Amino acid sequence: MESWRRNPLVFWVTGLPPTAWLLLFFLVPLALVWVLSFAELRGVVEMEVTGTFANYVRALDPLYLQIFGKSFVFAGLTTLVSLVFGFPVALAIVFAPRRWRAVLLLLVILPFWTNLLIRTYALIAVLRTRGFVNFTLEWFWEKANAVLSLLGLGSFQLLGERFEPLELLYNNTAVVIGLVYVHLPFMVLPLYASLEKLDRSLIEAALDLGASQFRAFATVVVPLALPGIISGAILVFIPALGSFLTPDLLGGTDSQMIANVIERQFKSANDWPFGSALSFLLMYLTFGALALRALYTRRTAGQGRA
Amino acid sequence: MATPIGPLDYTRRLWVRLTLLVVFVFLYAPIATLIAFSFNDSRRNIVWNGFTLKYYEKALGNEGLIEAFANSLTIAVLSTLVSIVLGALVAVLLWRFRFPGKAGYEGVVALPIVIPEICMGVAMLAFFSRIGWPSDMVWPFNLSAIIIAHVSFSFPFVAVVVRARLEGFNRELAEAAQDLGATEWQVFRDVMIPFLRPGLVAGGMLAFTLSLDDFVITFFTSGPNTVTFPVKVYSMVRFSVTPEVNAASTVLIVVTVVMTAAALWMQHRAGMKAEEAAG
Repeated sequence: MESWRRNPLVFWVTGLPPTAWLLLFFLVPLALVWVLSFAELRGVVEMEVTGTFANYVRALDPLYLQIFGKSFVFAGLTTLVSLVFGFPVALAIVFAPRRWRAVLLLLVILPFWTNLLIRTYALIAVLRTRGFVNFTLEWFWEKANAVLSLLGLGSFQLLGERFEPLELLYNNTAVVIGLVYVHLPFMVLPLYASLEKLDRSLIEAALDLGASQFRAFATVVVPLALPGIISGAILVFIPALGSFLTPDLLGGTDSQMIANVIERQFKSANDWPFGSALSFLLMYLTFGALALRALYTRRTAGQGRA
Repeated sequence: MATPIGPLDYTRRLWVRLTLLVVFVFLYAPIATLIAFSFNDSRRNIVWNGFTLKYYEKALGNEGLIEAFANSLTIAVLSTLVSIVLGALVAVLLWRFRFPGKAGYEGVVALPIVIPEICMGVAMLAFFSRIGWPSDMVWPFNLSAIIIAHVSFSFPFVAVVVRARLEGFNRELAEAAQDLGATEWQVFRDVMIPFLRPGLVAGGMLAFTLSLDDFVITFFTSGPNTVTFPVKVYSMVRFSVTPEVNAASTVLIVVTVVMTAAALWMQHRAGMKAEEAAG
């Protein structure tokens, strides 16, 4: 690597175009939103930057605090469910025969290549009251009823008069299902990466020394996979926290997340200053989560050296 | 099969296999049914009534959908070209030079990758409406705001891919070329670019799929006359589930999967070639 002074012309020719782009079409827009977050509404679309903190104070209103809380719960649950299901999957891939490994990994990544909107739409088609899950349940219900009739119990209507489809869509559960559906690969890949490096003789040693399968798993495998667990958790939690599409399409009226409130401020409610304050709060939360991870990696790196 | 399950044969344990089954059914059943029922001859979309291509014909006959698809492809191609250039420049800059504030600069370049899409979307909306970016230009210039927004979030990804490729570059090659009298530009064009090509292609494919897939940021930068495919599908999905949307979605799935597979294959082939050359 050379100092930029040795070749200032090449330095500027390579550096200037991307830097100018980043500044003009990324940092300036962000700065504009930041400035707007200290503005007040004057009339319908007029705004005046007064340096007020009112927009941030308004975000502390119980109504919005509750939405922040809900977003945290949704993102946290998504992370937890992804971890619970992602860990065995990563484990299976790592310990699979070599030729299966690439195939299984590809199968985990493949849905990730399809459009987020289309995947969410596919989930709607499956979960709605006239969707496949309910259709399958109804089929079972009819068969079970037929069996009951055969047994001479048909007249008692033990399973109810008619099939009641489950309301699987437009509620909080649907949002979490949708978020897990979208973010699961983000969990499996870092878990796979850290389990792959795991020294298998350590597990064998634990088992040889008399640890049960469960104990070896809990005291050897999980702690050694911790960096992967943390990476995966951050990679799932951050995008889940800022999700817009999933709660918008799968959620009900009470499953709004922060991003939906921001969108409403910028589109229908037309309160840009408040929307700006909310989006900067969301960004600070994101940076906070990233900083936590940086702190963790620095600490473990320090331990490694010591 | 008769061999007993070894202590480390996690893949053969029942609980692991069951989870694997559940996860893959969960991941694939919705997409599989979506694709299957785009060929189903029934509007109800649930019972199989025989094979048909009529929803593909209908989707092809839907002018709004075709226009949105054309817009999406145009945006993807143009933003990819710009992203490749900017991404490659950033990668070379960070790989080659030491300069004050480099760590901070790297952080800023990575920023578009980490900030929530919604924040970037509203920033773009605020920016373009505040500076009064004209929205009534002729095609394809009416798409310029969307293209600019897409470049902003995809060129850092290209930079990451290209930089990974640069790690394997032998600096002595560039030095040798220079010793033999090549100018900076000649070294760049005849030594660096050929070496970087697989990285540029892979990064470009990534930028292309990112652009084609993006909904949130486009949603905030598109106007009534600049609808992209995801935005169009979004407006259709809000009303109902129709086989037409299934058909259109299937086309997009096939396009992106083929693109990504091609990118991976090219990277793989380039890696093999490099190994052969090295070994």
